[in-house]
Amino acid sequence: MWKKIFAWLDERLGLNDLQKNLLERPEPKGNWWNTLGSASLFLFILQGATGIFLTVYYTPSPDHAYDSITYIMNDVAFGWLIRGIHHWGATLMVLVVFIHMLRVFVTASYKYPRELTWIIGIGLLIATLGMGFTGYLLPWNQRAFWATTVGTEIAGAVPFIGEFILKALRGGTDLSALTLQRFFSGHIWMLPLVLAGLIGAHLYLIIRHGESHWPTKED
Amino acid sequence: MSEPISRRDFMKASVYFVGGIVGAAVGIPAVGYLIEPALGGGGKEAWIPIGKMEDMPEIGKPYPFSFTRVQVNGWERTATSKGGFVIRKSENPEDILILDSRCTHLGCTVNWKEDERVFLCPCHDASFDAEGAVIDGPPPRPLDRHAEFRVTEDGILEIFYSEA
Ligand code: HEM
Ligand code: FES
Repeated sequence: MWKKIFAWLDERLGLNDLQKNLLERPEPKGNWWNTLGSASLFLFILQGATGIFLTVYYTPSPDHAYDSITYIMNDVAFGWLIRGIHHWGATLMVLVVFIHMLRVFVTASYKYPRELTWIIGIGLLIATLGMGFTGYLLPWNQRAFWATTVGTEIAGAVPFIGEFILKALRGGTDLSALTLQRFFSGHIWMLPLVLAGLIGAHLYLIIRHGESHWPTKED
Repeated sequence: MSEPISRRDFMKASVYFVGGIVGAAVGIPAVGYLIEPALGGGGKEAWIPIGKMEDMPEIGKPYPFSFTRVQVNGWERTATSKGGFVIRKSENPEDILILDSRCTHLGCTVNWKEDERVFLCPCHDASFDAEGAVIDGPPPRPLDRHAEFRVTEDGILEIFYSEA
């Protein structure tokens, strides 16, 4: 019976073709440095899963943000674990994405035909840093508040349009409920969607081009 | 040796075993995290003063009362108001009926309609008589009664309230 169900699905979804194209690609030559991209993907999924769980209790309002996180940490079963994974996963993700990029640079894998993969990768790094930046404000404690004050102030130093960027980021001249809310929206909707889209394109190109050769002595 | 376990079966068993442990390690925290607020809570009990007997002199007339209970939900205190009606059945101050105003259908608050002498529920048009029995509408049972009450020395009526 399972065979029949599978055949029915396969006819419509092309599961066998998917398997051929995705899983039966030529086996990579195995180098631990080349696993960092997959590690980044895993961390993204982990951040997504723990982040969704955090939103069950976290409340993005100046009155409630800090209390809701304290509640997660002290009162909710395994709240410390889920927030802990999200908190440390965030740092680890930035680190892993960055080392992944260094590897690609060192092995010169960004050359033809993989320039686009590299350019999309730059977008991925920026979006990941953006996740860290927007997420950092969410606890709405002193550290978060001043870090965001400084961060947005730096963006404000851009010539000519700096003032506008600063106001757009803060949703006004000062940090307020508007800042917290727009950072939250960016953190859970916009940036993750951008990341997911870029990751999709990145992976498509990787499947299309296969793995670059590890440089040899001659190179 | 009877039937030595094959390499393939061993691999399969190991995969299931490890998979089970990983599944539990992820699943138990995930479920616990989500259901935490559904566990515990409630069970608080108290004697709650709802009015002075001298303010409710008439026999057969429902006197409304209300009180608020403060609950800690998560990091917030939430006040819920509750209420009901006290009906004297005779001169005897112990001979009273205390009805809860929470409709037994889906929980709206019923109001006393003096000219028809019924409790009306605004949500699905149920009506209850002065004793709380269902006259019309969807409620499955009569209005709840606060059976445990006492009158203090200074003539204050108190009901015993315990959270579900
Ligand atoms: C994709 C889905 C994601 C969702 C739905 C999500 C959601 C959340 C929520 C609700 C919070 C507030 C709770 C807290 O502050 O601990 C938070 C915090 C945070 N997130 Fe995310 N997040 C996601 C991904 C990421 C990623 C990819 C990064 C990393 C680079 C990241 C970095 C952070 C940081 C640094 C914090 C502050 C942690 C802290 O100080 O407690 N998040 N996130
Ligand atoms: S809730 Fe009262 S009739 Fe439905």
